[in-house]
Amino acid sequence: MTILQIAALSAVALAGGAVVAAPDPLRQTMVLGIYGLTLTMLFFVFQAPDVALSEIVVSTVGLPVMILLALRKINEQERQRRDAEGGEDP
Amino acid sequence: MSFLPYAVAAWLFVIGLYGIVSSRHLVRTILSLTVVQSATYVVLIAVGYVKGGQAPIFADIPAVSKTVDPVVQVLVLTDVVIEATVTALLLALAVQAHKRFGSLDPSELRALRR
Amino acid sequence: MSRRARLMLFGGSAVGLAIVLVLGLRGLPGFGDYHGVYGRVLSGIGVTERHATDVVTALNFDFRGFDTLGEEFILFGSVLGVVLILREMRDEHEQPSQAEAEEHRFAGPSEALAALAIGLVPGMIALGVYIVVHGQLTPGGGFQGGIVLASGPLAIFLAGGYLRLKLSSPHTLIEIADAVGAAGYALVGLGGLVFVGVFFKNFLPFGIPGHLLSAGQMDIASVAVGFEVNGAFLVAWSEFLDQTILVTRGSGS
Repeated sequence: MTILQIAALSAVALAGGAVVAAPDPLRQTMVLGIYGLTLTMLFFVFQAPDVALSEIVVSTVGLPVMILLALRKINEQERQRRDAEGGEDP
Repeated sequence: MSFLPYAVAAWLFVIGLYGIVSSRHLVRTILSLTVVQSATYVVLIAVGYVKGGQAPIFADIPAVSKTVDPVVQVLVLTDVVIEATVTALLLALAVQAHKRFGSLDPSELRALRR
Repeated sequence: MSRRARLMLFGGSAVGLAIVLVLGLRGLPGFGDYHGVYGRVLSGIGVTERHATDVVTALNFDFRGFDTLGEEFILFGSVLGVVLILREMRDEHEQPSQAEAEEHRFAGPSEALAALAIGLVPGMIALGVYIVVHGQLTPGGGFQGGIVLASGPLAIFLAGGYLRLKLSSPHTLIEIADAVGAAGYALVGLGGLVFVGVFFKNFLPFGIPGHLLSAGQMDIASVAVGFEVNGAFLVAWSEFLDQTILVTRGSGS
């Protein structure tokens, strides 16, 4: 096992721990993007360029866009609900 | 040291499961599920590796060189794209759940226990 | 059960799970000692038999084309699910004023972002088409190139706002692209059945390895899958975007 492979594996393990430890979903999305990049480096070092290409486009463009849009919708619904409750209190 | 890839895969699996069990927000559960899925990618790619092998692209290397296994790469390649779409489905479910029940805490989503 | 009890139960069983995983993974051959025969045989005959230099794409669309059919329809089905779930919520108001939709820009009126995004759009579409079409020669293919193609309209959205995105990729068009891609791939398999007698057998001429029109049906299958992945991601993003912009006035008011 070369040094590069050991370094890529350690980076993946650290980033995986960071994704779970991130405090709120917005920060977790950003860390998920970085986790995808470390996975791409791992696939590249293990001689799998097709898989690396697929993983980098999915984890930097495909997933974060959907998560951010879903989070925005949820926050707006939260705000509407709080406005409705605040308006109904006499 | 040659067990390191499999150890990393086992670590990712367990830490992703911990993220799912201990989350208070449905979107955090979904993102920890992504970590669990990537544990399988690491295992598959590590199984197919051949020491001294090159990537299975024969555009510029002679056709008899030693390459890593291409079959596991096919499995992981399509899997990566499809799990992104399945995550989209789960996120749509989470948005709908928040609309109906008002919160995304898994312990408060108890519509089946009237 | 309470959260604390749940976490302690998980802690105990996680240790057991980790031990079982490590014991199971120890039974695999050592790292780098893979001796499966299937992969070696396919690497050997990929170039000589099917005239394709990228063995992974050859596996994807020719040797194991049936598996890709199944996976592609998983993609199609889950995007269908997203559309069904999110459209059901449209029994509420879904038309704000035109002016509000026009001005609803997530990125704010930033000229630098608009200029950068406009400069990138032709480059991204060209790169996406290149990756899709050269799938059997270099790393690439329908799955990777499809998402790169889908980021073109995303850059248009960043540069110009919601209405310009709707002008450049209206709902009907991206849904047609998705459906045409999925059906096209199945039709390629049926072509094998009709012309050669075996479902998904390669029936087009093989050409010279290294040239663009080589390896038979892989190019067409790659383009079909590229259309499908492109359409699928754009449909999913559109649905989420419509939820955040159109359905703002909530329920019952």
